[in-house]
Amino acid sequence: MTAPGSPPEPVADVLIVGAGVVGTAIARTLARYDLDCVIADAGNDVGTGTTKANTAILHTGFDAVPGSLESRLVRRGAELLRDYAQQAGIPLERTGALLVAWSADQHAEFAGIEDKARHNGYLAIRYVPAAELYAREPHLAPGALGALEIPDESIICPWTTPLAYATEAVRAGVRLRLRTRVLGVTAADGWHEVSTNSGSMRCRWLVNAAGLESDRIDAMLGGGGFTIAPRRGELIVFDKLARPLVGAILLPVPTPQTKGVLVAPTVYGNVLLGPTAQDVFDRGDTATTGTGLSSLLAAGRKIMPDLVREEVTATYAGLRAATEHRDYQIRVDSSRRYACVGGIRSTGLTASLGIAEYVADQLAEAGLELRERDGRRPKPPVLPYIGQAGRRPYQDGARIAADPAYGDIVCHCERVSRGEIRDALASPLPPADLDGLRRRTRATNGRCQGFFCAARVASLMGAPGGARADRDARVLA
Amino acid sequence: MNVDVLVAGAGPAGLAAAIELRKLGVADVVVVDREHQAGGIPRHCAHSGYGIRDLHRLMTGPAYAQHYRGAASAAGVTLRTGTTLTGWPATGCELATDAGAAPARQAGTITATLTSPAGVENVHAGAVLLATGCRERPRAARLVPGSRPAGVMTTGELQQRVYLHGQRLAGRAVIVGAEHVSFSAMLTLLHAGAEVTALVTDQPWHQSFAAFRLAARLRWRVPVWTGTAVAGIAGRDGVSAVLLRDDRDGSVRSVPCELVVFTGDWIPDHELARLAGAALDPGTRGPAVDTTLSTSVPGMFAAGNLIHAAETADVAALSGRHAAAHVAAYLAGQAAPAGQVALAGQAAPAGQAGGRCVPVPVMVAGPLRWISPNAISPVSPQPPGGRFVLRSAAFAGRARLQVRQDGRLLTSAHARLVPGRSIRLDGRWARHVDPAGGAVQVAVL
Ligand SMILES: Cc1cc2nc3c(=O)[nH]c(=O)nc-3n(C[C@H](O)[C@H](O)[C@H](O)COP(=O)(O)OP(=O)(O)OC[C@H]3O[C@@H](n4cnc5c(N)ncnc54)[C@H](O)[C@@H]3O)c2cc1C
Ligand SMILES: Cc1cc2nc3c(=O)[nH]c(=O)nc-3n(C[C@H](O)[C@H](O)[C@H](O)COP(=O)(O)OP(=O)(O)OC[C@H]3O[C@@H](n4cnc5c(N)ncnc54)[C@H](O)[C@@H]3O)c2cc1C
Repeated sequence: MTAPGSPPEPVADVLIVGAGVVGTAIARTLARYDLDCVIADAGNDVGTGTTKANTAILHTGFDAVPGSLESRLVRRGAELLRDYAQQAGIPLERTGALLVAWSADQHAEFAGIEDKARHNGYLAIRYVPAAELYAREPHLAPGALGALEIPDESIICPWTTPLAYATEAVRAGVRLRLRTRVLGVTAADGWHEVSTNSGSMRCRWLVNAAGLESDRIDAMLGGGGFTIAPRRGELIVFDKLARPLVGAILLPVPTPQTKGVLVAPTVYGNVLLGPTAQDVFDRGDTATTGTGLSSLLAAGRKIMPDLVREEVTATYAGLRAATEHRDYQIRVDSSRRYACVGGIRSTGLTASLGIAEYVADQLAEAGLELRERDGRRPKPPVLPYIGQAGRRPYQDGARIAADPAYGDIVCHCERVSRGEIRDALASPLPPADLDGLRRRTRATNGRCQGFFCAARVASLMGAPGGARADRDARVLA
Repeated sequence: MNVDVLVAGAGPAGLAAAIELRKLGVADVVVVDREHQAGGIPRHCAHSGYGIRDLHRLMTGPAYAQHYRGAASAAGVTLRTGTTLTGWPATGCELATDAGAAPARQAGTITATLTSPAGVENVHAGAVLLATGCRERPRAARLVPGSRPAGVMTTGELQQRVYLHGQRLAGRAVIVGAEHVSFSAMLTLLHAGAEVTALVTDQPWHQSFAAFRLAARLRWRVPVWTGTAVAGIAGRDGVSAVLLRDDRDGSVRSVPCELVVFTGDWIPDHELARLAGAALDPGTRGPAVDTTLSTSVPGMFAAGNLIHAAETADVAALSGRHAAAHVAAYLAGQAAPAGQVALAGQAAPAGQAGGRCVPVPVMVAGPLRWISPNAISPVSPQPPGGRFVLRSAAFAGRARLQVRQDGRLLTSAHARLVPGRSIRLDGRWARHVDPAGGAVQVAVL
């Protein structure tokens, strides 16, 4: 037995539970202070929860509930992330959005939507008559009456965003513990005793950023103010050859029940159709369903029939951490040295840096001492660029001249070179499996889904019986 | 760099075309392939069944690929492997806008961009032959719902894993499809150490040879479950089961397995054709081609499984050879003064308005899915090997095909229709097509 008040193990200043986009953003924000900070996640990588499977839009918050915390943090988060993305090489495109009315009733709602946008501090919204709409989006199905343009809605990469945050945090000294599931938290004198599947941990402050499990972690700390009711969203990714069909994000007029099905380009050069909205019980149930996919195709046919005629590259589903409340569940409790950052349902990617800034402020107010480290502030890492709009290594003659591995294309559909795969495997946060490599490089994510390259990619990753990365080129040459 | 002909793809079609071009006296023929070794798909089809119609002997895929590599070098073809044709710079970017944008044509050439470990370069070619082949639709494109675990693949991936990368596979496999390639996948799985639970098809019968079906059942004890659709895939990290729906009574059962291989359901690799602005045939989903295998883009030709996904390699090779003759004629025509565009030994037929001839489209009606080539060139109406190839969506033991133009019967023939299997139609009727008439219609009676 250890005497109370003198823990035998080092006590971390802060433990963040959950390395999704929210947890990693908080880690990255706290990293510049003189703190011993740990971030733990049950998954084998950062961003394996809802963060990896969403619609990937950097929202303006024009349609948020005015006056809500979400409205404020989405606006602030978008501003911060737009800037951060540019520094860190996170693919981002300002495509703008067009919210399209297909009926007189929907058209009549425009005034209310514009009004709401203004209440949310978004003034650039503007009406686009049908003729201009069709001039800009000629592949739109006939019958649209007009649209509202939200010129600042953007598309962003949901995979490199948490990766950049985590890389920055880890470089600044934050300890990342993957495959570490928090099972229970007990209060000790001045610290939390946290049990996990891989031993116990101690921390003075605990930040709950556990996404779909945030209510359960909250309950471990005596909370209980909310319950997560996962709402599944299924999406279809269309072939890159469909990309020229779509200019802006095409939004429907929302109903009180749902934001509806949208069509949006992705930063990888594909087109998304989705999401559905279905309440499910199982917090791990990210399976797609026959009814979900066919309902999307039916919706897609009404929005853009040409799109639905193109090949499908992928389908997936993500779970929104919805709760019985309409707003984020963010609270900091100084007596328990605990921050709850839960119920971040459908805007967390956008709001992440805004949430992190807000949580850091709240923590400071609650008594966590935030002293900037001596020396330089951590800087965003520069991640390999995996977007479609900018220049990729295979297009870059000078880069290939300097290192021919960038001219050795492995994944043909996505044009991912051996150099990029090698770099990802050697990065500070290397992928644990093929899915991790896909999120870092796009390898095998394309239309053939591995018909041509999965075998070689597996070899480069060191599959049993396969050649290793360095040997591979020679073996096949 | 300037070349006479740039061939994209060193599979059977591209290599056969390049060899033929050299034989026809074309000086500078460059074949690029994005893989590290030329040969295309046959490189990893370890079984026998190659070479019958083009080389008149039976060989394995790797031996066949080897033969073509050797023949290409001997013929003086320049082979550049590890080299990807990424696009046509003049369309502005590789992901061009809608069809209509055409590649640059500086003084009768087409400019293509290549990437390889040697760098990025633009090549100006007098003519381009696309021979980029086809692939199987993966699980996602077939909209099979469920979770997304590892262990789901196509035959292409399976065979590369096993034959090119020496990977072993363990566990039980379910093969989706029951056509030739599905039986090929079965052999590969067994060779790699996996167990094959069954081949499943939503068709009422398998679509391969009776001998393959019999051997599967008797020698390897692998059943074919017909009338069975894949309703879902389950498993977290790896596959745990595939859900199968019996189309007769709608019942769904879960069959435990660790591997699911999706076979067949081919789609041409038409990206380059589309980026070039070439019109697609709605049936084949490859670039539309006339009997000279010319696409809608002047100077751009297409051959092999890009225009008929998927035929056997010999048929692909023969289409490559056929294309070569017309590519050579095109180059000769470019060099000759205008108005003399005709194949050697052939008089310029009627319908060739001012040196420019408009091909007559060929259309199919259900249950036929497509025909290739899909237009008749008045200059040279003969299809590759003298035959058109077609596909049907339904079975018919003895169907009667009728070919008509403006109501006039051009030919009729009997054929056995099996989905996923080739139907070949003698093409002599094409000579009687009226170049000024309407589209040719192929129907099943
Ligand atoms: C269909 C859909 C579309 C969306 N579209 C958008 C959009 O366009 N724009 C936008 O901004 N947002 C969008 N979102 C919302 C956004 O994806 C989420 O708000 C955001 O990803 C939430 O991040 P998170 O870090 O809170 O959660 P998560 O990413 O789920 O991270 C939580 C992490 O906690 C870990 N964890 C849980 N329990 C434990 C435990 N006990 N121990 C250790 N670790 C644990 C999990 O493994 C997980 O990695 C969408 C969401 C969905 C579902
Ligand atoms: C499992 C299986 C079993 C088969 N069994 C038989 C059999 O027994 N007998 C038989 O005759 N046939 C068989 N076939 C079919 C045969 O392999 C094909 O008919 C033949 O390969 C088609 O030739 P191709 O030249 O059209 O295309 P491919 O062989 O597919 O060649 C296309 C080439 O183009 C290259 N390429 C594509 N895009 C680019 C680009 N942008 N830049 C550079 N290069 C590019 C590719 O790398 C590839 O090498 C089988 C096929 C499969 C999958």
